[in-house]
Amino acid sequence: MVRDRAPIVAGTIFALLMVAPFGLGLIGQGYLTGLLMRAMLLAIAALALDLLVGQGGMVSFGHSAFVGLGAYALAIGLQAGIESLLLLTLIALAVSGLFALITGVLALRTSGVYFLMITLAFGQMTYFTLTSLAAYGGDDGLTLWSMATLLGTDVAQNAGQIYFVILVVMVAVWWLMHCISQSRFGRVLRGARDNPERAEVMGFSVFRYRLTAYVIAGMIAGLAGVLTAQQNEFVSPALATWQHSGDLLVILVIGGLGSRNGAILGAFFVVIVQDLLGAVMPEWRLIYGPLLVLVVLFAKGGLNRLLGPAQTGSVA
Amino acid sequence: MSLTLLLIQCLNGLQYGMMLFLIAAGLTLVFGVMGFINLAHGVQYMVGAYLAFAFLHLTGNFWLAALLSMLTALVFGLLLEHFIFRHLYGRDHLDQVLATFGIIIFLNELAKVIFGPATLSLPVPELLSGSIPLTPELRYPVYRLATIGAGVLVAGLLYLAVGHTRVGMLIRAGATTPQMVAALGVNIRRLFTMVFGVGAMLAGFAGVIAAPIFAIEPGMGDNILIVAFVVIIIGGIGSIRGAFLAALMVGLIDTLGRSLATLATGLILPPSMSDQVGPALASMLIYILMAGILVFRPQGLLPAKGAA
Amino acid sequence: MNVLEIHNLCKSFGAVRVSRDICLSVAAHQCHALIGPNGAGKTTLIHQISGVLRPDAGQVLLDGHDITAQPIWRRAQAGLGRTFQITSVLPSFSVRENVALAAQAKAGSSMRFFAAASDEAALNRRAEAILARICLEDRADVLAADLSHGERRLLELGIALAGAPKFLLLDEPMAGLGRVESAMLIEILAVLRREIPMLLVEHDMDAIFRLADTVSVLVEGAVVARGTPDQVRADPAARAAYLGEGTVGDPVGGTLGGTA
Repeated sequence: MVRDRAPIVAGTIFALLMVAPFGLGLIGQGYLTGLLMRAMLLAIAALALDLLVGQGGMVSFGHSAFVGLGAYALAIGLQAGIESLLLLTLIALAVSGLFALITGVLALRTSGVYFLMITLAFGQMTYFTLTSLAAYGGDDGLTLWSMATLLGTDVAQNAGQIYFVILVVMVAVWWLMHCISQSRFGRVLRGARDNPERAEVMGFSVFRYRLTAYVIAGMIAGLAGVLTAQQNEFVSPALATWQHSGDLLVILVIGGLGSRNGAILGAFFVVIVQDLLGAVMPEWRLIYGPLLVLVVLFAKGGLNRLLGPAQTGSVA
Repeated sequence: MSLTLLLIQCLNGLQYGMMLFLIAAGLTLVFGVMGFINLAHGVQYMVGAYLAFAFLHLTGNFWLAALLSMLTALVFGLLLEHFIFRHLYGRDHLDQVLATFGIIIFLNELAKVIFGPATLSLPVPELLSGSIPLTPELRYPVYRLATIGAGVLVAGLLYLAVGHTRVGMLIRAGATTPQMVAALGVNIRRLFTMVFGVGAMLAGFAGVIAAPIFAIEPGMGDNILIVAFVVIIIGGIGSIRGAFLAALMVGLIDTLGRSLATLATGLILPPSMSDQVGPALASMLIYILMAGILVFRPQGLLPAKGAA
Repeated sequence: MNVLEIHNLCKSFGAVRVSRDICLSVAAHQCHALIGPNGAGKTTLIHQISGVLRPDAGQVLLDGHDITAQPIWRRAQAGLGRTFQITSVLPSFSVRENVALAAQAKAGSSMRFFAAASDEAALNRRAEAILARICLEDRADVLAADLSHGERRLLELGIALAGAPKFLLLDEPMAGLGRVESAMLIEILAVLRREIPMLLVEHDMDAIFRLADTVSVLVEGAVVARGTPDQVRADPAARAAYLGEGTVGDPVGGTLGGTA
């Protein structure tokens, strides 16, 4: 069967990212390494969101809430004296998973635009709740004076090799999403996207599968939040703004819905375009906004189309 | 907290609710009739406020500026509809969301470039300045009362227009069974354009009357848009009556919550904690209300669709 | 023992009584047909059996178990298979994947996140077997969206069969089919009806006489006649309400208000 060049494309991307810091370090462009980290962090959250939007057909506009929760879980945990990154990550996963479970039960009572608006509202609720945490910086956010340690080392810190930690996590999340998309679970999820009524009559509780996907996606976004906080050494409610959720959707559409590589390529594309435009003019949003409109109106299928045979939903 | 203060907060809540209604009404009509989800609706509210600011400086007269702002907001909305939104009606909701998201990014930045990032304010018009005594010890600004009145007036007009005119009949039919309206041979395009224009003008109007009360700043429409979504979810998509009821509920609960939450949590929690929990809880209240409504009435309080 | 039993089912929409005290039972190895003019409440009845609508009163029993209050997917798990009057398949899935997903519902938990489902030999074998039965094995890798209408009707049946149902609910399986396609589907169903008991809603009288062991005539929400196809055809009440409209002349052929 001629299908699925996805692992090859992904492998190439990962290999390039693996050697990138050495090359960039040689030409003295540490700044670019930072850019790549930002893109990878976005890619992790976007990979998670694609499980909902691409595989499940559930357009969530509140996904950055989980990123914010993960980041704050790390920050608050650090302030409480927990230093192990693994333990902090577990806490963050629990917090974002629980929040996904509660909001998911409510939001999944509906679908389509209702779902979109409700996730947007819960996202905004999270944002405002974070801004009201006066003890943790409120609006201004919180600088992390101490950093979490990975197994007692500084590997997961900027002084160490956090770039590679982020890369490893991104590859792992890619792999997880790749597995899920081909698994029994992924098949049910896509079936329910195609025709929820039929999936129900086949004997699947569409609600349970969607809720499970929502919780998984929320936890992985939480993980992205943990790493974002650790890398920035700073957390702020801005992580959870709805514009940030919008950026994640933009990434998916530009990359191509339902493809893991699309999520990664889209993240790099968006970060690089924003950065380039920003370098040209401070009012780069004047160009970026209309660019989005044009992409929606005229470019369908996304970047991933360019790099492989046309992938239909059935391959996903 | 004195009774007077409570009364003032209630009036503020009403006034906020009216503002929400003006925005939610356009949003719910556009969505109900066209199935189009317009994130840029909030930014049209911002445009209204900035227009009022600009026209006041040009003309020096609030009323003239208000009129010009509304007309410009209408034209602006129609232009957006003609050049962009029209091509998105049949499309996926995700496409609609992203295109309107792009418009928000653009207009927020444009406002920043033209008017600067700082907040601007507008003086209250002379005719409505000052305050009147409601009780011996309570005075309330006339302008705020006037905005409540304006909101009620618009709600009444909309209710009459939707309930008792031919266009209104089509709008109701469109919100429940869009296929039927098309089957009736109605010029759908024209109906869409009209509904969209009305929505844009309502948002612009809300921006104009908000200008003297709230700070005018880039992004001012974003948060209120999401609250307007909450209003629509609570009220039921496509329903004017639902939007009105929900807007008042949300306006009152949000306003009262912010002034009472710390006090209320202070009754159960020690002061140091209630100072933390109170504001957090207050900002969550309307979303909790929304969640509660979703549990018991997933279609909203007064849904337009499937009225049984 | 009866595989499907319906006791005193009642359902009203406002003042309109769409199901009036309906009783019905289908024994093992039986095909029971449900006929009636348009608007008689056939689809409403199907919806109540499959769980789309909740009856106001009465019971639905599958294999002796009360399923009246169960959600759709639990009924399917319990062995109720159904086809839709308006074709309902998964358009972006291949034909094989459509059937394999339905088979998956009955083959252990689907909360499995790692192993590739398309590599599961048992599911694929099951899918192939089903496709052979419905004569679609040549089209296994085609997307359901690209099938012809007739092929999609067959796939519709294949999806229902893949769940290894104890009972089949067939809502106008012949709808929109041409003569040749109808004849083919009737042949398939004629074999199936000896294996799986079924309730067949159909306008096509060829199909009824060929497949049904017993027939119920539904008029205005109530069963007005019941018996073998020949008995029903002779029944004055049924003739008055339905057959009496004069479309049935010859004993074996003819069509009632349905496809030509």
